Amino acid sequence: MATVLDAGEIGRALKRIAHEIIEHNRGLENVVLLGIPTRGAFLGERIAHFLGEIQSPVPVGTLDITLHRDDLRLRPPRPLLPTLIPSGGIEGKDVVLVDDVLFSGRTIRAALDALGEIGRPRTVQLAVLVDRGHRELPIRADYVGKNIPTAATESVKVRLSEIDGEDSVEIMAGA
Amino acid sequence: MKKLPTLRGRTVVNLFFEDSTRTRISFESAAKRLSADVINFSAKGSSVSKGESLKDTAQTLQAMGADAVVIRHGASGAAQRLADSGWISASVINAGDGTHEHPTQALLDSYTIRSKFPEFRESFDGLKVGIVGDILHSRVARSNVLLLTKLGAHVTLIAPPTLIPVGVTDWKVDVSYDLDSIINKVDVLMVLRVQSERMADSFFPSEREYSRGYGLDLARLNSLKESAIVMHPGPMNRGLEISAESADSHKSVVLAQVSNGVLVRMAVLYQLLGGAALAGEVSA
Repeated sequence: MATVLDAGEIGRALKRIAHEIIEHNRGLENVVLLGIPTRGAFLGERIAHFLGEIQSPVPVGTLDITLHRDDLRLRPPRPLLPTLIPSGGIEGKDVVLVDDVLFSGRTIRAALDALGEIGRPRTVQLAVLVDRGHRELPIRADYVGKNIPTAATESVKVRLSEIDGEDSVEIMAGA
Repeated sequence: MKKLPTLRGRTVVNLFFEDSTRTRISFESAAKRLSADVINFSAKGSSVSKGESLKDTAQTLQAMGADAVVIRHGASGAAQRLADSGWISASVINAGDGTHEHPTQALLDSYTIRSKFPEFRESFDGLKVGIVGDILHSRVARSNVLLLTKLGAHVTLIAPPTLIPVGVTDWKVDVSYDLDSIINKVDVLMVLRVQSERMADSFFPSEREYSRGYGLDLARLNSLKESAIVMHPGPMNRGLEISAESADSHKSVVLAQVSNGVLVRMAVLYQLLGGAALAGEVSA
C-alpha cells in the first residue's frame, strides 16, 4: 500500500483543474458541473467551490449512472444514488463530468448514456482526480488530477474527508 | 420519465388469473420503462380455461424464457406456491393473491405517505392511519397492516363487525366500528373498495346503509385534520365508499398513488432482475 496523493496534493490538483476548466471554456458562463456519486459528487462540489473563489459560482449537480451500467448482471443489485440536475438544465451547456478514478472508461460511457436521457449538452468534458490507465473504451479525460500508472491487478483507493474522514489516494496491491 | 436500458433482454410475464387493469398496466409500464420485454397472459380465453394447471402454465412460461412472473390469482397463497414449489426458477412477484396479500400496493402506499409527510420520512412512529372498509376480504388491508405497523405507524381498522376478520385480535391494530369517532384523529385515511364481486353473502343490509355508516362523504371529509390525506387503492366506487367531492378533494392522493405505483414496481423489478442472481436465491 502506497500513498500517492495526500490531502494537500488533492486540494492543489482540484484547484488546478478548476483553473483549467476556466481556461479551456474561456470563462464559466455556460459551464455545469455534474459529479458521479459517490466520491465524484463530492469532488464536483469541491471544484465548484474553487471555481466560485477564482471567478464565479457555477451550477453543480450529481448524475447517478447505476441504471445505465453494462456490468449490472455481474454483481448483486446496487442501490441507486441521487441524480440532481441543476435548475438551469444541461441543454446547450458545457457539461463537465467529475469522477474520482478513470479506469476502464465504462462508468463514463454509462454517464454519457445517462446524460443523453436528460438533454443535449453543447459539449461534455471529463475531470478526474486520478487516471490509472487500462482503458477498455475510447474515452479520455480533459482534466486529470494525477496520472498514476498501475498494474491491472492493483486497486486505487480514493478517500475523501466528506465520507472517509480524510483525504488521500492510495494504491493497494492486488490479490 | 425516460426509458432506462437496465432490464434490456429480460422478460417479464404478467400472469393474471383475475381481472385487473390497473395493477397489470402498472407492472407493464414499470417493466417497459426499464426496457424489459413484457408478455401479458390473462387466464380468460387461454389454456387455463381449458383446464391447464398452475404448474404447467408456469413451466410453459419459464420455457419461453420468462425471467420474472408477476402473478395475480384468486387463491390465497398462489404466489407463495409458485415461488417455493421449485417449478420455476424465475423471480415471482405477488400482484395480489385471493384475500391474502398485495405487497406492492402496500409498498406504494407507504412510499406515498412518506412523500406527503416529511416529518415521517425516517419512521412512521406517531403516524396514525385509519383503514376503513371491507377488511375481511381486503388483501390491500392485510399487506398495509403488516408494512405500516413494521414501520411504526399506529393502525386502526374501521368497518362493520361483519367485515372484520375473526383473527384480527392477533394483529397489532385497533379496531373500531365507528368511523365518526375516529376520523378527526388520523393522519391518513385509507378507504377500501367495496368489492361487490366478493359480496355474495350479505355483509351489510344495503349499499346505502354502508355508505351512510362508512362512506367518506363531504361532512366526514371536512372533519378530517387539515393535514390529513385520503388514500384509495382504486378503482373507486364513487358514491359508495367515497363521495365524488372526497375523491377529487385536495386531500385525496389517489393519483399520486398511481404514479408512485409504477416507480415502486420499477424498484421491485430492478431489485429482482437488475443484478446477478445470488447463489441459491429464493424469489419473493
